[in-house]
Amino acid sequence: MQPFEYASPKTLQEALGLLAARPGEVEVLAGGTDLLNLMKEFLATPKRVVNIKDIKELGGIQKTTAGLRLGATVTLDELLSNAAVRSEYPALAAAARGVNSQQMRNMGTVGGDLCQRPYCWYFRNGFGLLAMKDGKSLVPDGENRYHAIFGGGPAYFVSASSLGPALIALGAKVKLASSSGNRELPVEQFFLAPRTAQDREVALRPGEILTEIVIPPAAGVRNATYEVRQKEALDYALATASVALRMKGSAVESAQVVLGQVAPTPWVASGAAQAVAGKTITEQVAEQAGQAAVAGAKPLSGNAYKVQLARVAVKRALLEAARGKA
Amino acid sequence: MPDYKWPPMDKRRLIGKPISRLDGAEKASGRAKYSSDLNLPGMLFGALLTSPHAHARVRSIDTSEAEKTAGVKAVRVIATPGTEIRWAGAEVAAVAATKEEIARDAVRKIKVDYEVLPHVVREDKLSEVGTRAKPAGETVSGDPDAAFKEADVVSEGEYGIPVLAHCCMEPHGQVIAWDGKQMTYYPTTQGVSAIGPDLAKTLEIPATSVHVQQQHMGGGFGSKFQSDLWGAECARLSRASGGSPVKLFLDRATDLVIAGVRPSLWGKVKLAAKKDGTITAWQSETWSTGGFGGGGLNADLFPYVYREVPNRRIQHTAVSLNAASQRAWRAPMHPQVSFITAVAMEDMAASLKMDPLELFSKNANYTARAEVYRAQLKKAAELAGWSKLWHARGDSGKGPIKRGLGIGISTWGGAGHASQCRTTIHPDGSVVVELGTQDLGTGTRTVITQVAAESLGLPINAIKLNIGDNKYPPSNPSGGSTTVGGVCSSTRKSALNALEKLFAAVAPALGAPVDQLEAVDGKIQVKGNPAKNIAWKAACQKLGMQTISEMGANDPRATLGLNTGGVGGIQIADVSVDVETGVVKLNRIVIVQDCGLIVNPKTSESQCFGAATMALCGALMEERVMDRVTGRMLNTGLDFYKLAGISDIGNIIVHLDISPEHDARGIIGLGEPPVNPTIGAISNAVANAIGVRVPTVPMTPDRVLAALERRKA
Repeated sequence: MQPFEYASPKTLQEALGLLAARPGEVEVLAGGTDLLNLMKEFLATPKRVVNIKDIKELGGIQKTTAGLRLGATVTLDELLSNAAVRSEYPALAAAARGVNSQQMRNMGTVGGDLCQRPYCWYFRNGFGLLAMKDGKSLVPDGENRYHAIFGGGPAYFVSASSLGPALIALGAKVKLASSSGNRELPVEQFFLAPRTAQDREVALRPGEILTEIVIPPAAGVRNATYEVRQKEALDYALATASVALRMKGSAVESAQVVLGQVAPTPWVASGAAQAVAGKTITEQVAEQAGQAAVAGAKPLSGNAYKVQLARVAVKRALLEAARGKA
Repeated sequence: MPDYKWPPMDKRRLIGKPISRLDGAEKASGRAKYSSDLNLPGMLFGALLTSPHAHARVRSIDTSEAEKTAGVKAVRVIATPGTEIRWAGAEVAAVAATKEEIARDAVRKIKVDYEVLPHVVREDKLSEVGTRAKPAGETVSGDPDAAFKEADVVSEGEYGIPVLAHCCMEPHGQVIAWDGKQMTYYPTTQGVSAIGPDLAKTLEIPATSVHVQQQHMGGGFGSKFQSDLWGAECARLSRASGGSPVKLFLDRATDLVIAGVRPSLWGKVKLAAKKDGTITAWQSETWSTGGFGGGGLNADLFPYVYREVPNRRIQHTAVSLNAASQRAWRAPMHPQVSFITAVAMEDMAASLKMDPLELFSKNANYTARAEVYRAQLKKAAELAGWSKLWHARGDSGKGPIKRGLGIGISTWGGAGHASQCRTTIHPDGSVVVELGTQDLGTGTRTVITQVAAESLGLPINAIKLNIGDNKYPPSNPSGGSTTVGGVCSSTRKSALNALEKLFAAVAPALGAPVDQLEAVDGKIQVKGNPAKNIAWKAACQKLGMQTISEMGANDPRATLGLNTGGVGGIQIADVSVDVETGVVKLNRIVIVQDCGLIVNPKTSESQCFGAATMALCGALMEERVMDRVTGRMLNTGLDFYKLAGISDIGNIIVHLDISPEHDARGIIGLGEPPVNPTIGAISNAVANAIGVRVPTVPMTPDRVLAALERRKA
């Protein structure tokens, strides 16, 4: 680990003053479940680390008329302990439970979940976000069983965020702050697929902090997340689907279907959403939506099975949402 | 000479009782100190620089920047210019510094110029390994060609089980300190008495210079016999730093890459059988790698357990890869050979449309212990609910979740190794038992204490046991499931030898000859006349100024019936498979384990739990992933090097075959036998559930779905 300066500000204002204009010079520390590993591997080599866990205004969960506000440093365990999350946003609760280690949920934060780096083993072994060696990506003909089936490169990693797909399905926004001002983005736009090795996979600019997430009220919205995972103990899911269904009677008025672990960003499956619009969710409708969700998939040499997993995840998430309450 | 034989089953007070591990509370509370927990005054930390290339030659190496780093006390070049690096992760240089982070940072400042050479790191497709394949020839018995021609049914299959690592909870490493010419060595080892001389040989110093201490160790599974290159380098770093203690442990990633693997085994198997299920011929063409040294196979192991199949043709090819070398892995080669044999037999049963339970039982005459295996199959089937739950392959009803059962098989030796023990009885009545053995976490401490206390007629807490130090009488390393038989036998003999001396001291007072005395419930008494007795403490006082100290040894060539080898075992796995996602869940594993005299049923059952847990990882999730292009192992963290958590294990049901007949055989080790059948049992259960063989383990969703896809096609 490269030696670094450590700062633990008490206010957001103070924190913003400690950030840097140049990428990589300063890293923000929340739960540390990812950052510390990155630093040990020299994948992150900040000169300064800014701890934001002591900043009160970045914590807490509040229910307002605008919906549910999650402070960036809310831990996954706090999220799961919240009654409103459990009852109104089961898609989000299931995604948080999917981080299937109590220790990780105790330390990991919702902001950190969105900002963590990919687990791609080429990236983690030092070959960069695009996994390049001698001018060529190692992924398409390499060991790509856990890689992307959507997006078509040049990035083939899958987004590490567990909460991203659920937050997008629920129409959430993130708030970002910097010393030059604040901005707000739909969560969908927070995730980016890098085109070059210098690009980042999230929209955070140098000097910017993710401060909160706001999820609109879920009244009339049935939602669920289904994760295909091999292990029940600590493991990443292989494919996930989060769905949110705005209901009109027993039929779906409009839907959002978002896949996880299949692309460098959470993957919005608008074809699947269209396939269920105006319909009552049945086994057959859900099956068709799953089919539509993976229509454009371009699997690599060793991950065609993920197409099937994504299809099943969509089907099962829809059926589960339909069984739930609005 | 005392009669060393074990007390009769019905007379045992401590042996055969489910006594909890004596060091359990110490371990559960974290008070137990492993070598990797040590933090000695003035201790330095060592770190290794390892090669990023799978095959290369070192052109030059520049350590000047590392040497200049504040806090660095010693830098050593391991791979001098000209050295050929044969695998990624090979040791190149080592650094000792005042802090671990300084050592790690300094390692990164060492500049190495490599000439990169071509590598081969994958052997799953034999056609791709070129000249790295070294055919080991063919072994033929009987007339397999005629047998295949005459067969009613011939069944063929291709199967594979990849390389995996030991992944010990405590990684490899040690702490070493010098005091003049004397060294104190805190390893993590399976051989407390053997590892000192091993290191001394490398360092070219007398074995007497090395004092080894290890009270606890966090798993070895066959990978912790040698002192290793990092042991010698740790000693050299310490010496170069003026003798300060140096702690050098591999990090998880390095440990997974260079500290030992289990060889793979791939190949084609062809079986011939009569309509009634009698197997008439076995043919296998296999290949494997154990790393750079290739990967051999003892042809005698095939077909596993059913070795007397009359007509056999066995071919094997060893493949050398640019990967670190194999080490013994809990029952070397048995889990792999057991898997391939059990699945080939089950595939034959499916071809015959026969219940595999019947096939395994019918052919038991080909095993060394037909009646034992038949009885075990029956018992396992009963415990697993075979008659209710088993169904013809693939006939598993509606819905995406399919359930299935499968059988696996085992055999192993497990006779006691050479061991010496010293029992000392002091005039104040206190007793100390000493052996230069080790407790790998299996309960060795507990069983030795049980044997000593039983033999001396004392309670457990009256025995002070000293192990884990090479100043005590030597015992062999713990490998091959040989420890329990060895240390219990030497302890029994030593304790009875000491007791005989005590009898001699009290015989005059009791007015009976030595051979008419016995030690029972803290007293020395006259046989058949317990009223004539003397309390233990009073008896010892009669020693005056004299202390009794007597040796006992287990000689593997003359065990006096105290221990022996040779166990079978049967397991039945019960799985549920989601055929839409390919996810396999283990519901239960039934273990019926043959055994000898069981010293402690609780720790014996623990061996079975641990074995099945370790094995099921290999069946469902665990494998080494090597990258063809970079030549590196990719899954070097515990996120992608997948191991089961509690919720992935399922219910493990253990039935130890404890009976007077087995008991009379003496003690037999159980560390390895229960690890052998599990993978085959789980693979067979999955085939039963989904109607098609998943030919390669681990049976991850991609492989399960691919197998289902092939069935459709």
